[in-house]
Amino acid sequence: MSEKINLIDSSKASSELGDQNYRRLDYLDQLESESIHIFREVAGQFERPALLFSGGKDSIVLVHLALKAFRPGKFPFPLVHIDTGHNFQEALDFRDQFAKTIGEKLIVRNVADTIREKNLTEQKGKFASRNALQTFTLLDTIEEFKFDACIGGARRDEEKARAKERIFSVRDEFGQWDPKLQRPELWNTYNGRIDKGENVRVFPISNWTELDIWNYIRRNKIELPSIYFSHDREVLEYQGQLVATSEFIQLEEGDKVSIKKVRYRTVGDMTCTAAVESNATNIDDIIKEIIATKTSERGETRIDDRVSEAAMEDRKKGGYF
Amino acid sequence: MDILRFITAGSVDDGKSTLIGRLLYDSKSIMIDQLEAIEKQSKNREDGEIDLALLTDGLRAEREQGITIDVAYKYFSTPTRKFIIADAPGHTQYTRNMVTGASNADLIIILVDARNGVSEQTRRHSIIASLLNIPHVVVAINKMDLVNNSQDVYNNIVIDYSSVAASLGLNDITYIPISAINGDNIVEKSPSFPWYEGESLLHILENVAVANDINYADARFPVQYVIRPQTDELHDYRGYAGKVISGIYKKGDTICVQPSGLQSVISAIEIGGKQVEEAFAPQSVVLHLQHDIDISRGDVIIKTDNLPTVENELDVLLCWMGNKPLKAGNKYLLQINSRVVKAVVKEIEYKLDVNSLLQEPTPDQAQLNDIVKVKIKTATPIPYDSYKKLRVNGGAILIDETSNVTVGACMIQ
Repeated sequence: MSEKINLIDSSKASSELGDQNYRRLDYLDQLESESIHIFREVAGQFERPALLFSGGKDSIVLVHLALKAFRPGKFPFPLVHIDTGHNFQEALDFRDQFAKTIGEKLIVRNVADTIREKNLTEQKGKFASRNALQTFTLLDTIEEFKFDACIGGARRDEEKARAKERIFSVRDEFGQWDPKLQRPELWNTYNGRIDKGENVRVFPISNWTELDIWNYIRRNKIELPSIYFSHDREVLEYQGQLVATSEFIQLEEGDKVSIKKVRYRTVGDMTCTAAVESNATNIDDIIKEIIATKTSERGETRIDDRVSEAAMEDRKKGGYF
Repeated sequence: MDILRFITAGSVDDGKSTLIGRLLYDSKSIMIDQLEAIEKQSKNREDGEIDLALLTDGLRAEREQGITIDVAYKYFSTPTRKFIIADAPGHTQYTRNMVTGASNADLIIILVDARNGVSEQTRRHSIIASLLNIPHVVVAINKMDLVNNSQDVYNNIVIDYSSVAASLGLNDITYIPISAINGDNIVEKSPSFPWYEGESLLHILENVAVANDINYADARFPVQYVIRPQTDELHDYRGYAGKVISGIYKKGDTICVQPSGLQSVISAIEIGGKQVEEAFAPQSVVLHLQHDIDISRGDVIIKTDNLPTVENELDVLLCWMGNKPLKAGNKYLLQINSRVVKAVVKEIEYKLDVNSLLQEPTPDQAQLNDIVKVKIKTATPIPYDSYKKLRVNGGAILIDETSNVTVGACMIQ
C-alpha cells in the first residue's frame, strides 16, 4: 500500500463554490481534525484535565495534536507520566527533553513510591511486571491533583476490548470501566458530565491505526526516541519473543541471550515489551515493514496481553487505561 | 486517500459478523496472532470451523452468548480508502446501539437473508437509516448460495425493497448479491452470479462519492474554546477555536454570532498555527475577528448570508436511550455540538413503530429504544438547522442531569 501525500493547499486562490475538488481533506487531515476537536472538547468541558505522556509514539503524536489544538496558547493541562521504574531510559530522556522543548509542565509519579507507601506486593518471577501496580499510582495521582479527565493515546485497533470503548469513557472513583453501561456517543457530541470523584478517560486517537500513526509521524517529521529505530541490543529469546536484558529481568541458566539488530514497535515496560528484529533505520523503512508484517502490534510486542482472551477487558474494568 | 465510515447492522444469524470478518480477512487486515486466537476459540465450538464472527465480538459476554451487544469499531484500508466500520447489533432491544453507530455513518450495509427476503428487521434497519439520514445504502442480499444463486430470488427482493426505500425516501441505493461465508462478491466479483452486472462489495465501498456529502453552502462554526495566551508578546491574541462543521469561511467574510446576533468580520484564520485564506468543513481551525465582541463556548459563528433557525421550541424525532422511561414534563440538558441548555420535553405526540413506520397513538411515556415525536422547549433559543438538511447541526443529545447519562438522541425537524 502506498500512501498518497496530498496536502491541501488552502492558500490557493479559490474561485467560486462550484469546484470543491481542492477542498478535500485526505484521511490524515480528517483524523487530525477529529482529534483536535476532541482535545478542545476536553478543554471546554473539564476543570482539571491531564495528558498521560510516556514518551511512546502514540503519546508523542497526542502532544503534537495538542500543540495544533492550543498554540499559541499554553496547554490547558499538564503532561503526566506514571513511571513504573521499568521504562527504557531512551524514552524517559525523550520525555523530559520534549516537555522542556515545548515548555509544558510535566508531572512524574513513581510506582516505586506507591509500592513503598502502600505496602503493595510486587510480582515475582522471570518477567515480574509492574503493569498491574501502575493502576494504583495512576488512581492516587488522579486523586492528588483532582484530575477530572485523563487523555490517553489508546487506539481502537489495538485490541478488541478497546474496539468497544467510547472516546469519552466514564470511570467510577475506582477507575473502573463498565463495558455494559457505556453512554451512547452520537455524532461528534461528547458528554463529559460526571459526579465528583468520577473521571473520564479521553482517547483522541481512537480512530487511528498503527499505520496511520506512522504515516502521520512521517508527514509531520515528528521526532521519536531512538529505540523505535534499528539498533544493536542484547536480548533474551523467550517463547518466540525478544526481550531486552536488563536489571529487571531474571536470567536463568540455559537462557538464550544474544546481540541482535532490533527496534521497538511499542514502548512500554522493559519487562513486558518485546523488540522485533529489524534493519529499519528510518520512518520509510519502518512503514514498509509494518505494511508487510503479519502480526498485530500488541500480539508481537506485548507480553501482558497474552494471559487470556479477555486480558485487556479485565484490566480496563479494574481501572487500567 | 480519504475515509468512509459505514455501519453494518444485523445479528450473527444474518451473517453480519461473517461479512465483516470476510472484509478484514480478504483485505489482509487480520494478523496471524488474531487469527490464531479465533482458531483456538473456534476449536471449542462443535463444528470446529474457523468462525470469522469471533473477530468482531470484543466483550466476554458477547463471545459467551454469541451476540453483539454494543457497537465495536473496526478498521481496514485499501490503497484508495481508509474504512471505519461501526459494527452494531441488529435486534430491537439494541436499537439505541444501532442509532449510535449510525449517527456518524456515510453508508449503511443492510443485510437481507436471501431465503427470507425483506423482513421486519430489514424494515427496521431501513427506517433507522432514514431517520439518521445516512446518505448511502447498500442492500447486500446474503446467503445466495442457499437459494442456488437464483436471479429470480434476487430480483424479487430488489423489487420488494424498492418499495420500502421509496416509502422512506432513501436515496442512492445499490443492490448486490453476496455469499459472505464463501466470500462471493465481497472483494472480487464472483462467477457465481453471471447475471449480476454490478461490482464487488469492496469496489462499491471504495468508490462511493462521500466527498459530495459535505455541505459547503451553509457555514456553521460552533466555538469550542477561546485561546487567550495573555503573554506579553501575545497580549491581544484572542482566537476562537472550533471545527468548521459545514461550509466555507474566508478572511474578510462578514459573520454573526448566534444566538446573540452580534456581527463582525473575519480578520484571520489559522490552521495548526499557520495563517490561511480560507477554512472549510471538516477542518479544525482558529478564527480571529476584527471586533472585540462577547463570544464563548457554545456560540456559533455563522456567515450573515445564510442563517440557521434560532428558536426555543423544537419539533424533534427522539430515540429514547434511557433505562428510565421518558414522561412529558421531564427536564433534561440538551447538548447540540458545544452548546448545552436546559430543556423540557413538553409533549409526546406519537410513537413510531420502527417495524412498520406507523404512528401509534399518543403514549404516556417512552421506553428504552422507542422512537417518538416530541416537542421540546429549551431555556434559551438555540441556533440549529433541520437534521434532514444539515445533519451536523440538527442532531442533539439529551442528558439526565441527575445521572449525567446520555438518554436521548434528537433529530430536530
